[in-house]
Amino acid sequence: MSEEILALEVRHVTKRFPGVIANDDVSFTLRKGEIHALLGENGAGKSTLMNVVYGLYSQDEGEFLVNNKVVEINGPSDAINYGIGMVHQHFMLVPVFSVTENMILGSEVTKGSSLDLRRARREILEISKAYGLEVDPDAIVEDIPVGVQQRVEILKALYRKASILVLDEPTAVLTPQEAEDLFRVMRQLTETGVSIIFITHKLKEVLNVADRITVMRRGKVVGHTTPQETDQKGLAAMMVGRDVLLQVEKTPAKPGEIVLEVENLSIEDERGLDVVKNISFEVRTGEILGIAGVQGNGQTELVEAITGLRDVDSGRVTLADEVIPFKKPRYLVEHGMGHIPEDRHKHGLVLPYDLADNLVLCTYYQQPFAEKMLIRNQQAVLENAFGLLERFDVRAPGPEVKASTLSGGNQQKVIIGREFSRPLKVLVANQPTRGLDVGSIEYIHKEIIKMRDEGVGVLVISAELDEILSLADRIAVMYRGEIVAVVDAKDTSREELGLWMAGAQPEKM
Amino acid sequence: MQTTTTLPAPVSPWKRFLKQWGMTLGIVLSVVVIIIWQYSLNENITEAVLASTIRQSTPLVLGALCGLLGERSAVINIGIEGQMLLGAFIGFLVNVWTGNLLLAVFAAIITGAIMGLLLAYMSVTLKMDQIIGGTVINILALGLTGYFYQVGLTTNGKLQPIPLGPLADIPIVGPALFNNPPITYATFVLVILVHYILFYTKWGLRTRAVGEHPRAADTLGINVFKVRYVNVIIGGAIAGLAGAFLTLEAVGSFERNMTNGRGFVALAVMIFGKFTPLGAWGAALLFGFASAMQTQLQFAGINVPHQFIGILPYVLTIVVLAGFVGRTHVPAADGVPYEKE
Amino acid sequence: MDDQQTSEEGSQSFKAWLSALWRVMAIPLAAVLLALVIGAVLLAISGANPFRAYAALIEGSFGNIKAFGRTLAKATPLIFSGLAVAFAFKAGLFNIGAQGQLLFGALVSAVAGFMIKGLPPFLHATLALLAGATAGALFAAIPGVLKAYTGAHEVITTIMLNYVAINITDYIADGPLKDTSGGNVIARTPAILDSAKIPSIGEIPLGFFLAVLASVLVWWLLWRTTLGFEIRTVGLSPHAAKYAGMKVAFTVTLTMVISGFLAGMGGGIETLGIVGRYQPGFNAGLGFDGITIALLGKTHPFGIIPAAILIGAMKAGASTMQFNAGVAKEITDVIQALMLFFVTADMIVRKILRTKAESGEKITLSGWGQQ
Repeated sequence: MSEEILALEVRHVTKRFPGVIANDDVSFTLRKGEIHALLGENGAGKSTLMNVVYGLYSQDEGEFLVNNKVVEINGPSDAINYGIGMVHQHFMLVPVFSVTENMILGSEVTKGSSLDLRRARREILEISKAYGLEVDPDAIVEDIPVGVQQRVEILKALYRKASILVLDEPTAVLTPQEAEDLFRVMRQLTETGVSIIFITHKLKEVLNVADRITVMRRGKVVGHTTPQETDQKGLAAMMVGRDVLLQVEKTPAKPGEIVLEVENLSIEDERGLDVVKNISFEVRTGEILGIAGVQGNGQTELVEAITGLRDVDSGRVTLADEVIPFKKPRYLVEHGMGHIPEDRHKHGLVLPYDLADNLVLCTYYQQPFAEKMLIRNQQAVLENAFGLLERFDVRAPGPEVKASTLSGGNQQKVIIGREFSRPLKVLVANQPTRGLDVGSIEYIHKEIIKMRDEGVGVLVISAELDEILSLADRIAVMYRGEIVAVVDAKDTSREELGLWMAGAQPEKM
Repeated sequence: MQTTTTLPAPVSPWKRFLKQWGMTLGIVLSVVVIIIWQYSLNENITEAVLASTIRQSTPLVLGALCGLLGERSAVINIGIEGQMLLGAFIGFLVNVWTGNLLLAVFAAIITGAIMGLLLAYMSVTLKMDQIIGGTVINILALGLTGYFYQVGLTTNGKLQPIPLGPLADIPIVGPALFNNPPITYATFVLVILVHYILFYTKWGLRTRAVGEHPRAADTLGINVFKVRYVNVIIGGAIAGLAGAFLTLEAVGSFERNMTNGRGFVALAVMIFGKFTPLGAWGAALLFGFASAMQTQLQFAGINVPHQFIGILPYVLTIVVLAGFVGRTHVPAADGVPYEKE
Repeated sequence: MDDQQTSEEGSQSFKAWLSALWRVMAIPLAAVLLALVIGAVLLAISGANPFRAYAALIEGSFGNIKAFGRTLAKATPLIFSGLAVAFAFKAGLFNIGAQGQLLFGALVSAVAGFMIKGLPPFLHATLALLAGATAGALFAAIPGVLKAYTGAHEVITTIMLNYVAINITDYIADGPLKDTSGGNVIARTPAILDSAKIPSIGEIPLGFFLAVLASVLVWWLLWRTTLGFEIRTVGLSPHAAKYAGMKVAFTVTLTMVISGFLAGMGGGIETLGIVGRYQPGFNAGLGFDGITIALLGKTHPFGIIPAAILIGAMKAGASTMQFNAGVAKEITDVIQALMLFFVTADMIVRKILRTKAESGEKITLSGWGQQ
């Protein structure tokens, strides 16, 4: 009986952080040359586990085996020595360095005491050709597109002779077509003997590309399976522990007057590049317009301009027939715009403040929260908080706890509570469910649809195509700062949207 | 189908050159004009002014080097002033006790390094706010030097200028550049050495990576904490050397608060020099030139109360900060303690 | 919420209040004690007797009513400096320029004190005081505007302006406004008129009560008004403040102006209540004192008062200590520096006390660029 050589084995690994067990007695195996998907919703512990494997954290219990031998991994250098390479969800590239400098960092090629960049360039071009991953060694990382950056990250691992490659949510920044390309590259790599661990929360991808699947939930492994033995519904149920509604229920939209109109908006960024090029669109009351597109195509700047956080170079925005001034968020608050920001920690909440203060963050100077716009009325602020926390089902001991103590989902509910507590004409929701667990996602989607049914014009911007398909009545696609398509949700398909998102033109049948 | 690599449209070469070097050219031109004007008034004064420029700029360059080693690895060092002051004081004391100049310089360097170690400990291990940490060092230095200082002591000798043969006889610039005491020469060497290390060696690459994206460096096996510690300690040693320059080479004694804000002006020099050693050197020469203006103006017969000349370097610092800090690329992780999370 | 509380609940909440108070005071108390211990060691090293020194220090600051009055007099400008620094901290600003703002406040108050003639006492003193405070406010507006609109870091600009202030006030006191009466040659301005003086009640200077009043007003401003809410929000999260519609640049500038106003008032009170004229060098180093006091008092107005009294006591008792125990005054500077070190390196102190950190307590001001 020959013993199979496993590329990697994780045995009974436990990792604790203060207040939470991130990984609880986790075990799984990675066969040589396979693509193994590690599936779980946000917060299930998948990234933590891989960070432990890679040596960024150390485990409290358990051990690892590489090629059937127990190994000690005390830091990334050890992991690299054992042939483990990791491509993180947020790239580990120094933006101001060139591709070459990033590639050799930590494993520098030198001639005497100096860096030998010429030899490094040569080596990079060689492996780039060998694996079919084209990169320009002299390009500065912050200037190259995200898809190319990912290629650099993968090459970085291969340059260090990785035989185990861990990819953490690699398709978050890719169009559906680019994701297909990535899967092709992954299969090619496995043919050269590389074993791949693929971390994701996207069910379709797992069924598409994985050989075997390990599902995690709340830090524990809840099951091992293969694409042949299960389907989306089954996987979702394993991920969440109950039956999941894969598509939110909604009645057809009843759009009315135009309530938000964007005309010929153009924005230049700090370096003088056009990030938003002459964009126009409109949102009507009672409908949801979803803007689809991979992150980095100008959505962030567009939303900042509409919500008063950024100035524009030309164009105008009209809210309920009044042209809005730019860079005046207060005007928008007072004229019926609600904004769920992309980054809840940066813009949406003041984490050291308690929930009561966060819930009046935009209206603290108005009656009844302040007299004569100067003296605050603590009682009114507290009462407001009690009401909102209950109405929006925020799990917290009370309004006096700090916002930092809440989970991501509850923090987002606080933000929604705040925004929805004002009479709204328009709601701008930017990546409203990023990083949240399935329960919170369901809740927030339901609330957004409720808003729409009450006659609010809703603008949803999301990099998750499934979210757009689920919520939007009409869909606009953004690519390189332009709107390249506007369609009714029911008239389009995932494939068509994906092509637009990649800058291609789908063939009309 | 692979997405293509598209780069932004190239800017015309002239425009790019002007954008990068325009300001520098303008400043250099004005300085040259002033020197020529001055030379026409009085030859000897020009040489004195240039020598004074080098003298005034030396502690500023050294301070800026200290600052930028830290900044490049993302540690803000507001405590350069305190490191200089304490280095000056200890160097002074050691010289008074032992009569030996070299030993005193060495002591000053070690003192600076120890203060650097303290700053690194506060910033990197304790993860204290770095501005408060630097301020603590300044206050500690002021308090300690104030308490232990006794009036009336002078050094045993002073570091003397060493002329470099015929080079020292070149008109106008000769004496200023080639007839200097040892620490000044060491400064020239240090500028070039630090520049080389920072931009052409493995250590420099890692330092800069730690300053821009420490987590990326960490994932590649680089010890972020060690890099920061080493940079800040070496920076401290350089600040100590600046202190030694003040007591043992420039003045020959010690006074309370003798650094007089130079440590902070050095920060402006560092920013103006875009966090590079060669840039800092140029900026320091400019500031030194401004300080040496006092002599010039007096000899041109322009009589201004000395307090107004005195504020010139400080005002210049403010102008530089207001005008330049927004335009300079500061290492992205600057001031943020690294958490392994 | 049920308003009625049973006596059991009452004693529970008192206990809770006590333990909260302990949590807040533990670190500064420990820092002070540690500093005193190390100070004693330093004294011993330099050949002095620490016990005699400390005893003399206490005698010189609290020994009798006159000494206590001296302590409070020293504490008064410190409270204002501490308030100035702490107030700026709340907006995330590090106002090291309290020194320079104080100098201008002192100078302008002195000038208003001797130049304006023919006013009744109460009015004259108030006017002179407000003039000084306004001078401090205007001087602080410079770094405020620079930070708000160019991102120039206020740590450096305020320190630079301190040197500028020292030079300019020196020049004015030694030049155009020099006191030429009675053959005087020292650089100083003429004495203020009696109508401008701020009196004392017995040995206790009235200025001290003004300082306490100012602390209460600052507390009220920060925690009971919308302006205070804006200032604290800008300090904790300028991005969220922008999102909330607050005017960040304006708030930063206004905060520095108010901070300068407080520092200038401190200088004014010192001039009008104690010194009686502007004399350069009358309070060297007060700027850094403000930082120590602000941090010892955990940047809270009510913590600043005891912290200022502590440092004021050390200053008041220092000459007695020098006289009785032969110890150089500067040891108090060293002890102060050590206190500052321990209060900021709170992790060290925590390890010694074995207490845990509260989230959100850390003050962060770092970074060069625009917020």
